Amino acid sequence: MSPRRTDAGGRIDRLRTIRFTFDGAPYTGHAGDTLASALLANGVTLFGRSFKYHRPRGVLTSGVEEPNALVTVLRGEVREPNIAATMVEIYDGLTVVSQNRFPSLSWDVSAVNQLGGKLLSAGFYYKTFMGPAIGPLKSTRFWMFCEHFIRRAAGLGRAGTAPDTARYERMNAFCDVLVVGSGPAGLMAARAAADQGARVILSELEPHFGGSANWSGETIDGMPGADWAARAAGQLEGYDNVRLLPRTTVWGYYDGNTLAALERVTDHKERPGKGEPRHRYWTIRAKSVVLATGSFERPLVFPGNDRPGVMLAHAAERYANEYGVLPGNRIAIFTNNDSAYRSALALKNAGAAIVAIVDVRPELSSEMRELADEAEAKILAGHAVVATEGGKALSGIKVQRFDMVNGALAGDPRSIQADCLLMSGGWSPTIHLASQAGAKAEWNAARQAFLPPKPTQQWIGAGAFTGSFSTAEAIAEGRAAGLSAAGGTGAPTALPVVEAAPGDPDPAPVFEIKADGKSFVDFQHDVTAEDVRLAHREGFVSVEHLKRYTTLGMATDQGKNSNIPGLAIMAEALGKPIPEVGTTRFRPPFSAVSIGSLAAERFGDLRPERLTPMHDWHVANGATMYSAGLWYRPMIYGHPGETIEQAYVREARATRESAGIVDVSTLGKIAVQGPDAAEFLDRVYTNMFSTLAVGKARYGLMLREDGLAFDDGTTWRLGDQDFLMTTTTANAGKVMQHLEYFLDVIWPELKVHVTSVTDEWAGAAIGGPKARAILAACITGTAVDNATLPFMGIVHGKISGVPVMICRLSFSGEMAFEVYSGAGYGTHVWEALIEAGKPFGLVTYGLEALGTMRIEKGHVTGAEIDGRTTARDLHLDWMLSKKKPFIGSAMMDREGLIAPGRLELVGLISLDNQPLNGGAHIVEALDEANPHDSIGHITACCYSPALGKYIALALVKDGKARRGTRAHISDPLRNRFGPVEIVSNHFFDPDGSRMHG
Amino acid sequence: MLITCPYCGPRDVIEFTYQGDGNRERPQPASQNLDAWNAYVYDRLNPAGDHNEIWQHSGGCRAHLKVVRNTLTHDISSVAFARGDHKAAARHKAEGKA
Repeated sequence: MSPRRTDAGGRIDRLRTIRFTFDGAPYTGHAGDTLASALLANGVTLFGRSFKYHRPRGVLTSGVEEPNALVTVLRGEVREPNIAATMVEIYDGLTVVSQNRFPSLSWDVSAVNQLGGKLLSAGFYYKTFMGPAIGPLKSTRFWMFCEHFIRRAAGLGRAGTAPDTARYERMNAFCDVLVVGSGPAGLMAARAAADQGARVILSELEPHFGGSANWSGETIDGMPGADWAARAAGQLEGYDNVRLLPRTTVWGYYDGNTLAALERVTDHKERPGKGEPRHRYWTIRAKSVVLATGSFERPLVFPGNDRPGVMLAHAAERYANEYGVLPGNRIAIFTNNDSAYRSALALKNAGAAIVAIVDVRPELSSEMRELADEAEAKILAGHAVVATEGGKALSGIKVQRFDMVNGALAGDPRSIQADCLLMSGGWSPTIHLASQAGAKAEWNAARQAFLPPKPTQQWIGAGAFTGSFSTAEAIAEGRAAGLSAAGGTGAPTALPVVEAAPGDPDPAPVFEIKADGKSFVDFQHDVTAEDVRLAHREGFVSVEHLKRYTTLGMATDQGKNSNIPGLAIMAEALGKPIPEVGTTRFRPPFSAVSIGSLAAERFGDLRPERLTPMHDWHVANGATMYSAGLWYRPMIYGHPGETIEQAYVREARATRESAGIVDVSTLGKIAVQGPDAAEFLDRVYTNMFSTLAVGKARYGLMLREDGLAFDDGTTWRLGDQDFLMTTTTANAGKVMQHLEYFLDVIWPELKVHVTSVTDEWAGAAIGGPKARAILAACITGTAVDNATLPFMGIVHGKISGVPVMICRLSFSGEMAFEVYSGAGYGTHVWEALIEAGKPFGLVTYGLEALGTMRIEKGHVTGAEIDGRTTARDLHLDWMLSKKKPFIGSAMMDREGLIAPGRLELVGLISLDNQPLNGGAHIVEALDEANPHDSIGHITACCYSPALGKYIALALVKDGKARRGTRAHISDPLRNRFGPVEIVSNHFFDPDGSRMHG
Repeated sequence: MLITCPYCGPRDVIEFTYQGDGNRERPQPASQNLDAWNAYVYDRLNPAGDHNEIWQHSGGCRAHLKVVRNTLTHDISSVAFARGDHKAAARHKAEGKA
């Protein structure tokens, strides 16, 4: 048995030994232990080093609020830092390392920071390292230089770099009553609501239901509290309408009574069971919530209150009662309230000697004196602890007479030998969720605590959360809350009877003992009482400024221990009562949430994919697929040994020499139908569509309301009232919403219906000098000659028995045809075209070759229609009809949009025969000594097989006027500089003779 | 946040797309009054309290809704079709069901 483990008692299973390592050293514990309880049982006192001063720190608490004992848990290559040792359930093989120490936990070089304590006060780094006003390291440059070293010295655990391979899950749940917290109040509430037939969820952040009943040593219904809790939870398990969620922290309370919770499903297991995620992120919509979240015990602020061996009183009580661990053999107690007396008795009963109870109050009740007698403890009333002694463990304390009214110390300090000091500064209800839900907390002078506000959402409080600290009150309030939350009244039946130690719930209003030495307010961020006063002296008196200047309450424990003491010290400095200083509002999350759980199922395998009907064919025929939004499209159909550039150049060249075919199924397709369809398109597009003949298509441009270019595409008139609009792949959804908005909100009088038909059609574009011959070889039911199918004409026919619709239009600049068929026949028609093309040397081409040919033609895409360019900038002003208003027409001629100096579309030719880079800047001259401003940037680039040169499209200031001049690209990031010639964006076949045929 | 779509019932906000300030008035298409256009395109109310908003039920029936939402509490006090054409919409729905 370990030196500090009691022979009996607690929930641990002494017959099951569990082996784990801490900083490489092997330890054992028992089933039911947390890492903190197991290490304490092994006599470990030193758990970590503090944030700023690298002071040795032990374990302060026994729960989620732990600020000191933070560790890094290793699972294979994955390291998870800043986990509270109090929340880690041990399992065989658990591997844990301590943090913020170098070279080792017990011998840390940065601990010398403690000697400079006066220096390292709030704001020290910023004040000191701001740097001189002049010179090479002036002002912030010096800070940036020093920051690197400072950040390394201060801090917590180190994040890992290995990818997290664990699986995370999301769950949505609905219930009538969500009960948060499963202490006596929560258990009663859940039971009462469940008995009313309500659907109940009971969440508990610890592994076991019961809360304080598990360690208070009280008797409920004639049995030990822990047994009563286990029975109550067991009964709830039998209800079909109750869901129990252990190890689940409700961390966010959002509007509409929506709550977020994190369930730690397998963190306590050596390896997850089949199909089990590591964490589960719950979104719970509750009609009503019972907040039974209990309270946190507060530390007292006095010199040396952070030494290992100083612990919250209830935490020690819990270690003794729940885990059978004594945190010390000679225990002293320092308190301002009655609750610590029960803790004293519990530790005495577990086998420790209580050497003194130091109470700041001069007068004590007879009940407390009796409890102290029972604990065989000497009471030092009207005394305070003024110092602690020891290094990596406590060896003793010093006490002095203390006047509670004025805070004065008197008499000589007296030393008391102790290896553990328990402190209790009163209790703060855990009101975080209620505060998140919307309202301001209210200060209660008797309890010396902020109590929950009046509900602004559908919640009811119960138990210690409301400031009712006794178990009997918790049981009564819990049941009432459960009934009320479920909308029931219920016949009054007898409540469970509680036998508990007596005690006044109101502490003395003492938060700090002012004596020489560092008195910590925020343990985790090393904020001392003096830092708070310094903030006051320097004028940071608002509670929000105090928080940011000192970083009080901004560590991972989010001020669970430090908020109230910090406020009290600031209030004293200001000479104001605490409620006038105010408190900051709590924000989600209540405690740390794994990022993996937030991202659960939104990445990886569960990301939706959109595949064209011909997808499998592309993959089977050697295409390298490229992800474009949710779509997958062939990038190239590479031959063995080919580079990407070689592949696309071959594909583009072959298309211009014979013919090529490309899958264009991803284009957005919207059926625009109805009596007013033509009128609607006239309003939506900058050019006319009402004049378009049936059986013809037209290229159209849309602007946004602010007059900037929005999207382009062709629209086909299939009937008098029937149009098929195509959009760019990327904008399909946006254009659809744009059209719907205008039809629904602005012009409800127009009789037009729009339907997304993107997925209904498969599209193949076949282009090149041999394209028509290929089509003619496989089409039936129509001719495809110039007369029957002129440029922008539409015909219907059949290919291999399947109806197709063909429009003669061109993106590549070649004579080209878009062949549409029902999506289900996409591959069938595609294969028929490939087969027909074989004698003509037809090639398949991908996005790269498509892009290359469009750059050669100077067509615009999303890279140029970037939300900043106008139609004029893109030389599309010929499409702006003057005969009618259209969306954007009123705003497109605003001063700034027609002024000189705008970025305009141009072509660039590389003059050094080297590739150009997308995003590279363009300057008038390269001059290192006197760098020139950018006059634009490259939007798209490629090697042009048609020109035999590296070319690019670019947006260049006053670009049209610069045609024929030289400029330089300046791309320091990729170290690419070189001369270019600015030309028209129409590089190839500018008069379009090839596509018109 | 839940929005009660008149077609679909109460749905999570994730199904909806915010389509802007519902107080905007679009000038007549041929209007050359740049001030009016400017107000329509750029001026937005930003009240602390009830706000008229347009939301599209993009993950559902795709109707545009005029929603009055309290920007401080997210309470939604009214939801109506932006078309303002309740009867026609309801009739449309009834016909669709029959």
